[in-house]
Amino acid sequence: MNTVIKAKHQRLVLVLVALAALIGAGLLAAWALRNQASYFYLPAQMAGNPPEVGRAVRLGGMVETGSLRKEADGVTIAFVVGDGKAQVPVRFKGIAPDLFKEGSGVVAEGRIGPDGTFIADNLLAKHDEKYVPREMKDMTEAQARKTVQETR
Amino acid sequence: MPKGADHRLTPFMHGYANPARFLRLARTLTAPLLVAGIVIATLALAWGLFDAPAEQLQGDSVRILFIHVPAAWLGMGAWTGIAVASLTELVWRHPLAGIAARAIALPGAVFAALCLITGSLWGRPAWGTWWVWDGRLTSMLVLLFLYLAYIALADAATRDGNDQSRIPAIFGLVGAVNIPIIHYSVLWWNSLHQPPSITMGKSAMAAPFLLGLLAATIGFSLIFGGVVLARMRAILANQQAEARLRRRAMEAVDA
Repeated sequence: MNTVIKAKHQRLVLVLVALAALIGAGLLAAWALRNQASYFYLPAQMAGNPPEVGRAVRLGGMVETGSLRKEADGVTIAFVVGDGKAQVPVRFKGIAPDLFKEGSGVVAEGRIGPDGTFIADNLLAKHDEKYVPREMKDMTEAQARKTVQETR
Repeated sequence: MPKGADHRLTPFMHGYANPARFLRLARTLTAPLLVAGIVIATLALAWGLFDAPAEQLQGDSVRILFIHVPAAWLGMGAWTGIAVASLTELVWRHPLAGIAARAIALPGAVFAALCLITGSLWGRPAWGTWWVWDGRLTSMLVLLFLYLAYIALADAATRDGNDQSRIPAIFGLVGAVNIPIIHYSVLWWNSLHQPPSITMGKSAMAAPFLLGLLAATIGFSLIFGGVVLARMRAILANQQAEARLRRRAMEAVDA
């Protein structure tokens, strides 16, 4: 009976030690990957440690409100991507996704030009974690809360 | 034979070590779980498809949320179940643990695949792309591959004989490392996928979306539970049939 308890406890300890080592290894790997596994540069990262001119990179952040304008040729757009710390001007020629607009997130694929402007080949809209019904979008926060209260 | 001794030591834990008792419970639960799950999931999805409000930015494509998010949760939860069953198998040698893990793997893989497919369909209108190799999408695809590998490994182990269930159990435990990686991928690394809308006690999701999502999750979870029980019964029945055949063959040789 004693030996049974012992064998079971031994197995439990062994498995737990192996599991701890495994989780440690996983955390180390994730930590080591923290730069490589990021899908894009933030504007602050791009300002602090810029990638070399011409290398294909991605830039992600918010489209600054009031910065979006169409150039004279009608298909090129220029805007500024910011993250609250730094700003990067971006130019893009092509069709932007539906959700691309001022004040919302964007990931631009392209390269830094010699003048510091980011030349994008492709734009991806980034949706945030907020889900708001269409009827509520023009309401203020207080109005929306009131509506939610009423319908409850 | 330590298994018999284990039995007497921890009657609580091994109350269902006897398949007959487990089978009685499983038989009564399978149909109610499946029926309730299908009814709740159908109602939730019908509401989500026809009656839920459109989202201010995503528009109607938000409706895929009611399949995508429960599928993602269950895909991750199922592997957590495999890991717990594998631990039970390795440490306590519970006779039903390996069977439970094998039964969970297939529905888990289906949910992981459903999550990837619906996410891709949503990504095209919302992001402007079907697929990107960011942390969240990549780690979720790895989870699907882990499921497929687990299923192949468990099948091979069963074919090779009864005492091989430890190898898939070790794989099930090791693969669990991917689950926190999936969860934290959007927090540790910049990713195109948004961070979680629902965190401890807080929701960045308006009430109608949240309630619909909860209902759909309950429905899918019940279906998942029913499928796992049905599959465990099938695996047990298979084992019994095989044991009976072997006994017959032995008797024939003796005679």
